[in-house]
Amino acid sequence: MTDIREASMVGRATDGRLVQRPLSPHLQIYKPQISTAISIFHRITGIALSVGALLLVCWLIAAASGDAAYDGLSGFLRSWFGVLILFGWTVALWYHFCAGLRHLAWDAGYGFDLPTMHLTGKAVLAATAVLTVLTWIAVIIVW
Amino acid sequence: MSQTSGPHLRVMRSQLGLVRGLGASKSGTEHWWMERLTSVALVPLTLWFVYATLHLSRLPRAAVAHWAGNPINAALLVALVLVTFRHLLLGLQVVIEDYVHVERTRTISLVVLRGVVGLVTLIGVLAALKLAFSA
Repeated sequence: MTDIREASMVGRATDGRLVQRPLSPHLQIYKPQISTAISIFHRITGIALSVGALLLVCWLIAAASGDAAYDGLSGFLRSWFGVLILFGWTVALWYHFCAGLRHLAWDAGYGFDLPTMHLTGKAVLAATAVLTVLTWIAVIIVW
Repeated sequence: MSQTSGPHLRVMRSQLGLVRGLGASKSGTEHWWMERLTSVALVPLTLWFVYATLHLSRLPRAAVAHWAGNPINAALLVALVLVTFRHLLLGLQVVIEDYVHVERTRTISLVVLRGVVGLVTLIGVLAALKLAFSA
């Protein structure tokens, strides 16, 4: 035992033997479900949105710097690569937004039973798709 | 249990004594509560941000500066930066705590994260204020 925390991971089997308790989640034997998929995508989109927040700061710096910097950034964001980044940002933003609302509902004590959880999980995916499409329809109208 | 092979206990302390002071027991509910507070604040701020971005996307820089010169827009912009980065720091902190298991690397990663996020937050706020006052 190198780390004293491992002591809390030692338990007894039914025959009294000391055994190392397994760490959760057991990804090798765990069947992927909508709950797990939505949970890990919440984390992945959270990390992606952190990069998006850097882009927000870049936009503020460019806007505060002057016309040349601002036009440069605007031009990049209108290129195919820029649009790809913005599209990915929109998907991640709406996903994290909807899944976050689901988390807040849980925090308030609602929607813990399995049928509701599966339903709201699918609703998160559907709402992400709808909000992303609506946002880009608005983008096309505005541009 | 002197001759036990495999997992065994050699520490003469209670299990409770071993885990006391680890994990969230240091800071109570502060982290959890701030994560919730910032996410609630980000619901309207995100909607406003998407609306503002759509509105601003077709405007030249001077018009964007004029828009940011409105005190309400400036306040919401600074609030967006502050709350976003506070929320982001809390989230990325948990990601590091979950996946970086070596104590030294984890502590260094957390310190670097705090430094970088703090600095980028200041840059964002100052850029927003400069933009707001440039109109």
